This record gives sequence, C-alpha cells and structure tokens, in this order.
Amino acid sequence: MSQPVLKIRDLSVSYQTEAGPLQALRDVTFAVPAGKIIGIVGESGCGKSTLISTIIRLIAPNARIGKGSILFKGDDLLRMTSAEMRALRGDEISMVFQDPMTSLNPVRPIGRQMADVQHRDALSRREKNARSESMLGRVGIPDPAAQLTRYPHQLSGGMRQRVAIAMALMAEPSLLIADEPTTALDATLEVQIIHRLQELQRDFGCSILFISHHLGVIAELCDEVVVMYAGEVVESGPMRDVFLEPRHPYTRKLLECDPARIAEPTRDLPVIEGSLPNLVQLPDGCIFRERCPKTIERCGLQRPRLAGDGHQASCHLLDTAE
Amino acid sequence: MLAFIIRRGLLSLLILFLAVSLLFGMIHIAPGDPASVMLGPRATPELKAEFARRMGLDQPLVMQLGTFYARLAHGDLGVDPFSERKVSEIVFEQLPFTLILVLTAIGGASLVGIPLGCFSAIRRNSLLDRLTAVMSVAFIAIPSFVVALYLLLWLAVSLRWFPAIGAGETGNYADQARHLVLPAVALGLGWVGYIARLVRSSMLEVMEENHIRTARAFGLPERTIIVHYALRIALLPTVTILGMGIGSMLSGALFAEIVFSRPGIGKLLYEAVLTRNYPIVMGAVLVTTGFFVFSTLVSDVVNAMLDPRLRERPGE
Repeated sequence: MSQPVLKIRDLSVSYQTEAGPLQALRDVTFAVPAGKIIGIVGESGCGKSTLISTIIRLIAPNARIGKGSILFKGDDLLRMTSAEMRALRGDEISMVFQDPMTSLNPVRPIGRQMADVQHRDALSRREKNARSESMLGRVGIPDPAAQLTRYPHQLSGGMRQRVAIAMALMAEPSLLIADEPTTALDATLEVQIIHRLQELQRDFGCSILFISHHLGVIAELCDEVVVMYAGEVVESGPMRDVFLEPRHPYTRKLLECDPARIAEPTRDLPVIEGSLPNLVQLPDGCIFRERCPKTIERCGLQRPRLAGDGHQASCHLLDTAE
Repeated sequence: MLAFIIRRGLLSLLILFLAVSLLFGMIHIAPGDPASVMLGPRATPELKAEFARRMGLDQPLVMQLGTFYARLAHGDLGVDPFSERKVSEIVFEQLPFTLILVLTAIGGASLVGIPLGCFSAIRRNSLLDRLTAVMSVAFIAIPSFVVALYLLLWLAVSLRWFPAIGAGETGNYADQARHLVLPAVALGLGWVGYIARLVRSSMLEVMEENHIRTARAFGLPERTIIVHYALRIALLPTVTILGMGIGSMLSGALFAEIVFSRPGIGKLLYEAVLTRNYPIVMGAVLVTTGFFVFSTLVSDVVNAMLDPRLRERPGE
C-alpha cells in the first residue's frame, strides 16, 4: 500500500479566549491516502474549519497548536518554516474555499488572478493565459478566453466556484482541500460541481480532502469519510461501511437527520437533542454523552478512544459488545 | 468607463451650477455695499446710484444672476470696478499659486501618509504604528495657521533655511520651489497623519477579507498580496477623502497665503470680501468651487479605475 499523502496524528488545537483556552481540536487522527477523496463531515462548530486552516498553517493569531503532527508526504507541516510552508501552498497543496462570492479578488480580472497563481512558473503572460484558458475549459466554463478579461462580480456563483477550482488545479497539486465548496450553490449546480470534481480527480490523480456538512454530497463523492463532533473524530472508515453500518451513536443520529433519508412525509424533522458541549470547560468522559441516547456508567468516567481496523469509532459500547 | 465619466461630468456641472447660484445669493444678502466702500463716506446718493447702475446692482437678484451666467457663457467674468481690469485675468493670474500649493501639500501628504498607513497596518502595534498614531492625532489637532507660524519662526527666521515670504522670483523654478516648501508643509502636515490612519484602518479591514486568505492559500508573495490585492481596495475611501480634502485645503490655503504673504486665490478672495468687490468674489468663488467639483470628479474617476464594480450602474 502506498504511503498516504497526508497523515494527521493526535492533533490538538486551542484558541485563547477570555474565558480560557477553547479546545477546538483534540487528538484528531486520520489519513488521506494517495489518489483518494476523503470527506470530513460534521455540524457547524465541530472543528472542520480549524482543521483545514491548521493543515495549511493559516490559523487565526489566537490559535495555539498544542500537540500532534501533520505529515505531508512524510514531512511534518507543523515543523516547517513559514517560507517552506508558503512554497507548498498553491503548489503541492491547494484550496477551494466555501464562498465563491468573496473568495476571489474583486478588483483583478480573472485572467490576472489565474496568472498570479502561476507565480512560480517562468512563463510569459501569453503562455500563462493560454494555460488558464485551457484549465477554465476543463472545469466546464464556456468561452474561456472571454472570461479571462472579466471580473468576478460579472460571473455567477457557479462560474466563480469553477474558476476557483481551476485556480486550485493549476499547479496540479498532490492534495486539494475543498472547504464546503458547494454549500453556497443551489442543488443543481452542486451536483454538477461534484461530478466535475470527480472527473478532475481521476484525470489529475490528486487526493481531495472534502469538507462538508452535507451527507448526500459526501456519499456521492468520497471514498472514505471522517465524522467529527465537537473537535474530535468520532468515526472514520470507508464511505460504504460508515453509511451502511454506522458504529458511533452520533453518526447514526446524523444519518437519521438527513432529510434525503426520511421516507415518510413529516412536519417534524428529526433533530439531535441538546447542543454542543462548552469547549472551554470540557465535560469528563465521552464528549457526546449529554446528547447520547445510550449512555452507560463508563461514559461519564472515561474518554473513549478510536478503536477498530479500517472502520474506526470511539464509543464504549463497541468495547462491551465485543 | 467613458460612459461613467460623462455621467459623472454632467452631475458635476449641475452641482457647480447650484453651488454658484447659492453663493451668489449669499454674497448679496451680506450687509455692506460696494458703492460706499468704493466711493468713500462722502459720496452723494446720485453717485452711489450711478455706480450701482453701472455694476448692475439696481437689478433684481435673479436678473443679476441671469446676467452673470449669460456673461459666463461667453467666458466673461465681468470687470473689477476698482482696477478696471478683467476679473478672469486677475483670477487666473492668482490661481496657479494656490493650485501648486494645494497639490504639493496633498501630494506630499499622500506620498508620506499612504506608505506609513500601509506599514502601520502590516506591522500592527509596532513602534512606528504607535508613533504614527500619537503624532497624527497631535498634528490633526493643531490648526494649519499655527503650524505655519511656527515653521516660519523656526525654519525661516531662526535657521534661515527657507525664505519667509512671497512665492519666489518669476521664472526661477528652483527659487519658487524653495518658497513652496514651508507653506506646503504647513498645509499638508495634518493630512499626513489623517491619511495614514485612514489607510491603516481600511488596510486592516481588507486584510481580513476572504480573497486575501485565498491569495495566501496560493502562496502568493506577501508583496503582491499587499500592493495588488489589498492596497488597491484599501485606497478607495482614501481617494474619496482626498478629493474632498482638496476642497477644504483651498480654504486652508488662505491662512498659508496670508502668513507667508504668498499671492493666491485665498488672499485675493479675502481682500475682495473685505472691500465688497462682488465681481472678484464671484470670479474667485466660481473658480474655487469649480476646482473643488473637478477634484471630487477626479477622485470618483480614480476610484472607478481602481474598482471595476463602481463603473457599472446599479442593476446593470
């Protein structure tokens, strides 16, 4: 088996707040194998955004990386100098951001921005434009040559996100991180973008780390899935296993709440009772205990660890079952 | 872009028309009449009436305004009743002195203020940032005529580095430039800090925007990000303020021109108001108002060049 492109181990990140350190990520461990699409799913506030900004080391000034490692092709990103890190960004690792309305520069034409992204290549402007043009064509933008002179506000949301994807693929990265790239788009566009991403991933052979809170998108696109809750990985494994046989109570609840899976018409959509725990004052034991329907005594005393081979989950019930 | 300039230009003309009409009314409402000033306290009522008729002062205000615009259409600003010279000649003789002073002051203030603000934003809370913060508040608070007086006393009278009065020898550019330094510093000093604080705060705002994060995520050089991605957007509010600032500097120039005994529109206007010399007042006011409207027009055009979104009409 080939070495994973990205291997995160025991990553803990906290934010300094007036109330004390807010522990946004705790002991996050997972890997992104070469040429695979990995989905990270979880509700708002589960630490998805902190995770990706830590990977590309563009974290908020009040964030502190407590411990752990992020191995990219064997090198720890957390130990790199900022110059080494900048050399990786937009070359080996690139990103597509959530909101295409604000993630492109409003005062520079598309062609300029795409040429800027090729700042490491010693090509003439004309050659860079030609590359940009062909890349825009590959992401499915009609009349790419004409788009180069246009500004982001002259394009629709779907087109802008395609431009963002084209920019991200420009350097043929080993790892593409997509932070909820389809959340701001409507459903039809979302499907188009997802299929396009799948095609492009096959063509370029890169790995994709795809962040979403939309289970349907993850199921459609990803080979493996990582389920996060309140800053911890609660379950991870091959997409089919996790979706068909969820092991963690949170994953089960999350799947129950997916509107696409609800068969009978109802006025009351299912919800997970309760709310996220306070990450400044963490509760003892299992992080999901207060919202879990199946707590046992041990849940309040001891923190469960990720267990299992390939398909992993962190729940005490799995121990007792075995 | 051309359509934008035409649209904006027509609006400017309308603003100019309204402003000048309003000023025309205000000048004539003010107490005191030019006949008494001109002819002295012992003038007979007949002489005064004759003078008023000659100046068109016996007509209703609306008629006077109409005559003013009718003449203006032919490029005629009237005649100065005291010297019998053409008003346009007198005003355009003085205008270059004021223009060069104002443009030097604001240009210098921008050249120092913009990089200072940019640097303060990037190295936030550094020594330079704190120093700029304190200094700018201090210099904004001091009126420009006070600065002018102290500069005069210190650099011109005590140290004798710069000439104290006048605008320099005609035709001798080096001498004229030397005469320009002190008044321009007096006028522009407060603006350095103001511009720096303005640029700093909008830079800080822009650097937080999503597209800057995108640029960083692509590993773009920090220089490119700051100059091409952030500063260009951060300058927009500053350019607007600069356009307006030139207008307020025209009045600030009055102090500098009086303190340094420089010829210029401010001084001309000041003396004309004292003597109720209506044709000169109107001519000077028209030209300065025109210049103010023009400078806001230029600032809008510059903004439209910087930001493509401003070129389009809403809904287009």
